[in-house]
Amino acid sequence: MSTTTTTQRPSTTVTAPEPRTRSRVPWRAIFLGLLALLFLTPLLWMVSTSLKSTAEVSQADLSFIPKDLSTDGYSKILGAPQTPVGQWFLNSMIAATGQALLVLVVATMAAYALARLSFPGKRIITALVLATLFVPPISLLIPNYVIVANLGWLDSLSAVIIPGAAGAFGVFFLRQFFMSLPVELEEAALLDGANRFKIFLTIIVPLSRPALATLALLTFLTNWNDFLWPLYVLFSPERLTIQPGLSTLQSAYTTDYATILAGGVIASIPVLILFLISQRFVIEGIARGGLKG
Amino acid sequence: MATLAPVSASAPPQEKRRGGGRAPSADPAVMRAGLGTALLFVGPYLVLFCTFVLAPIVYGLWISLHTWDFLLPGKPFVGLQNYVDLFTGGSTTSEPFWNSMRATAIFTVLSVPLLMALPLALAVALNKKFRGRNAMRAVFFAPFVLGVAVIGLLWRYLLDPNVGVVNYYLDQLGIDRIPFTTATPWVWLALVVPTIWWTAGYNMVIFLAGLQDISPELYEAAELDGASAWQRFRHVTLPGLRPVTVFVLTITILASANVFGQPYLITQGQPGGETRSAIMEIGEEGLRRFNMGSASAMSTVLTVALLLVSLITLSFLRERTPKEAKR
Repeated sequence: MSTTTTTQRPSTTVTAPEPRTRSRVPWRAIFLGLLALLFLTPLLWMVSTSLKSTAEVSQADLSFIPKDLSTDGYSKILGAPQTPVGQWFLNSMIAATGQALLVLVVATMAAYALARLSFPGKRIITALVLATLFVPPISLLIPNYVIVANLGWLDSLSAVIIPGAAGAFGVFFLRQFFMSLPVELEEAALLDGANRFKIFLTIIVPLSRPALATLALLTFLTNWNDFLWPLYVLFSPERLTIQPGLSTLQSAYTTDYATILAGGVIASIPVLILFLISQRFVIEGIARGGLKG
Repeated sequence: MATLAPVSASAPPQEKRRGGGRAPSADPAVMRAGLGTALLFVGPYLVLFCTFVLAPIVYGLWISLHTWDFLLPGKPFVGLQNYVDLFTGGSTTSEPFWNSMRATAIFTVLSVPLLMALPLALAVALNKKFRGRNAMRAVFFAPFVLGVAVIGLLWRYLLDPNVGVVNYYLDQLGIDRIPFTTATPWVWLALVVPTIWWTAGYNMVIFLAGLQDISPELYEAAELDGASAWQRFRHVTLPGLRPVTVFVLTITILASANVFGQPYLITQGQPGGETRSAIMEIGEEGLRRFNMGSASAMSTVLTVALLLVSLITLSFLRERTPKEAKR
């Protein structure tokens, strides 16, 4: 920790300079550490409760460490035909992966055209697409339900994969990124006689890998966590995705919290793992774009 | 479907506001492409965009002009009747709707200040390098990646009046058990606290990004002038974060005003529909009772309200821009 003059600091530092510290006790770290622990507590209780027996959860004397380690909750929820958590998990995987791939293909191509190509109508299309970023999603809920019903997609995964991929965020995000790429590489390739698709696939896509990964992750997470839309467009127990599925646990198991929270843990593990291995992309993506589920 | 926000704190749009870019004749060769090629690139997205974004905007307004029962063949045109009903006391739709708007407003007013202050404090504290900083950032952000259903089930348990963890500890402290999920004013606590836990890390990440854009020289100069830590925060950090703050404020108000999962799962609208949010009311009216005409009218009113609120918050940004431009 720097305790003397500013000259010791490298002038190229990106983060804000550290203020002088008066004491050696790292109060900031201690305080933040306690707060971080407080933030972790609900998650830890979820895991601990899911590992208790049904009887223990309703006992008057509660303890954080399960007195009698039990996987009853897990076996109960994985074996229950009316609440097929395994199937919901699979459905969510298919939906979230499917939507991420669809957004990658469709939004990347559109964003490239809007960032780089000049063609009639480009300005109007760009303005329209970007303007819809301001449209509150609630105004689309009812009409999209009717549209999806007319397409015969109610109660099918298409309903939770395709309409959500039409949002303007992906196009906005990638267009911004493509505009920051230098044009010279494409110019050289054009002179070499490469066509537009070849340029797109061999120059733009490889250069954009981090941005594409970020967008895919954000799309996956948003879709995995979406609740309102799948809650209404999916209804058969075996067709649900994980979030609306979980919400039915409350009525199925009332206060059998060991079982309910076992479901919560199962639903959380993939997103937490995905987040931990891809933290940088997720956080950077949010810092640059802003996206709220 | 996500609420997507177009303002980027650290990367302002590069093209010029007026004219939207270069005139076609001035385009470099590399930008020229046949209409066919361009259509192949934008076409697939445009089909999706028109079907699931553009058409529904218009279609929703159209539906709101009808008595549109999804399950019945006849959908008679009624003009503005659905809107008139909403604004007439005593109609079947106006009371539940305005109750839900009130609940939404209460939730927004209670949650937004905390969702600004805590993340800002966390971001400032985490902006300094120390061991474990990245791990802490991850911990504060982690709840956000859990879906609202997990948040709902988990907090429903933690706040359960009988077997919940919070009440167990209150009991230990000799405090009477509190019916967090069923009685006012506790229900608001049961909605606001989980929401802060869930989304504070998200706002923190945006604030942290904004802090990177404040020039270190400003802090050095302030320090040379003998400014205290608080003065540096007040006169360097806060003004430097102004655009980011307005951005975070806007998306947070919108997110809070769109609250759905928390009251649906944690309080289930209790007591007596008092915590039923606007989105909850629209969803139940349109997609459970299938009164899509009145539900669409409600959506329109809510949308207009949300747009007005965003315009007002965004105008805070514009007011100060001339001064800011010198930076």
